[in-house]
Amino acid sequence: MALQITLRKQLKYFDIDIDFTCPDGKMIVMIGPSGGGKTTIIRMIAGLERPDEGRIVYGGKPWYDSSRNICLPPQDRCLGYVFQEYTLFPHLSLYKNASFAAVERKDVDALFELFGIAHLRDRKPHMVSGGERQRCALCQALARRPQIMLLDEPFSALDVVTRRGLREEVRGLKSERSFPILYVTHDINEALFLADEILPVVEGKIDKGWMQRTIATVPSSTELSKAARQPRLALAY
Amino acid sequence: MDFQSLYVTLKLAVVTMGVLVVLAAPIAYMLAYTRFPGKSLLEALINLPMALPPTVLGFYMIFIMGPKGIAGRFWESFTGGSMLFTFLGIAVASSLYSIPFAVQPMKAAFQKVDRRLMESAYVLGLSRAATFLRVVIPNSISGIAAAAILVFIHSMGAFGVLLMVGGSVPGETKVASIAIYEAVEMMNYREASLMSLCFIPIGYVFLLLVNKLHGDSANGSADHPSQTA
Repeated sequence: MALQITLRKQLKYFDIDIDFTCPDGKMIVMIGPSGGGKTTIIRMIAGLERPDEGRIVYGGKPWYDSSRNICLPPQDRCLGYVFQEYTLFPHLSLYKNASFAAVERKDVDALFELFGIAHLRDRKPHMVSGGERQRCALCQALARRPQIMLLDEPFSALDVVTRRGLREEVRGLKSERSFPILYVTHDINEALFLADEILPVVEGKIDKGWMQRTIATVPSSTELSKAARQPRLALAY
Repeated sequence: MDFQSLYVTLKLAVVTMGVLVVLAAPIAYMLAYTRFPGKSLLEALINLPMALPPTVLGFYMIFIMGPKGIAGRFWESFTGGSMLFTFLGIAVASSLYSIPFAVQPMKAAFQKVDRRLMESAYVLGLSRAATFLRVVIPNSISGIAAAAILVFIHSMGAFGVLLMVGGSVPGETKVASIAIYEAVEMMNYREASLMSLCFIPIGYVFLLLVNKLHGDSANGSADHPSQTA
């Protein structure tokens, strides 16, 4: 099965016009400058925003189809969505957050063990670190047994060391679960480390040459270009 | 001292508070989160009781609740009795009189709830109603409590609107504010001063409570941004 996406939407400064497929078990990383429409694309897939036209189909089932006037609400799409911050409900403990929409309680217990936050189950979100909160957000999304995962810069508010650890956990997740994963980042290292396919999105369109151009022509980003040319070095960041 | 009218006052304040917390929550939700044509007109209409003299409000309520009014006729066809000069009548009048004091703070509290929390709940499969109950209300509970207390204080002080609709039937519609007025008219100053004195600590304590709730919610929201850290 695969997630097939064809979307068009008019925004204030540019139009989103995008067409791609993400097969089961693969991770597509969307990368590109901020304000380029990545988050809007993810939100349209989640059903939180309505495209002007296009199709979103997963495993033969249309989630959105402008020609047939189909638009499933986010509740019926059964997906996991983790965004940068504020995903957890502040009034609930971590455990209650993760089991908020869980199919089975024992899933939550297993996930808490897997992500190493079992000892924090009764803490409220503001009483734990940012990394622990994002681990919990991943548990919350996974406990729903989603058909696909959407990760929108889930770790960009975290410090480098925590981010590196979580990156590895996400990569482990990919080999363990069979759903398609769509990951948004503006960090080239992260993209190179995680992606099965990198999808550069610039002003709402796929721009295959963007990575090349960014690395080769932006003199101010020597750090960035070094990291991108030498991925092994990049992992040390 | 006229304990009976004090009891009616408290009963009325509690009933009004209960009715309005339930009734105002969906209205405040609608005003906070939805957009529709004529919204500002509706909002102004809901706030109108605040801008009208209570006697004017009471005057129109007499028409609505009277034997020829919509509500009055409806009520009479069910019970055979009149709505005017009953506790039910003043409860309805008092609820209408205090409705802006419930809707406004609740709307503000709902608007303070992060939209992303609601979106997260939708993505996790919760319906709009379930999200309202499980996410919005728990995260705006101090605002709802503040609204409830404001309504309580405000309906304790109602006078004009109640006098118009309810008159002064002892044990039924004679509230403390009316009893004080009548005591003064009869030059019974001792009675009036004793009853007036009762209101000061009640009002003061409830205002302290409202302040504490506002303080809590301010601290609360200052706590949560540590999520960004």
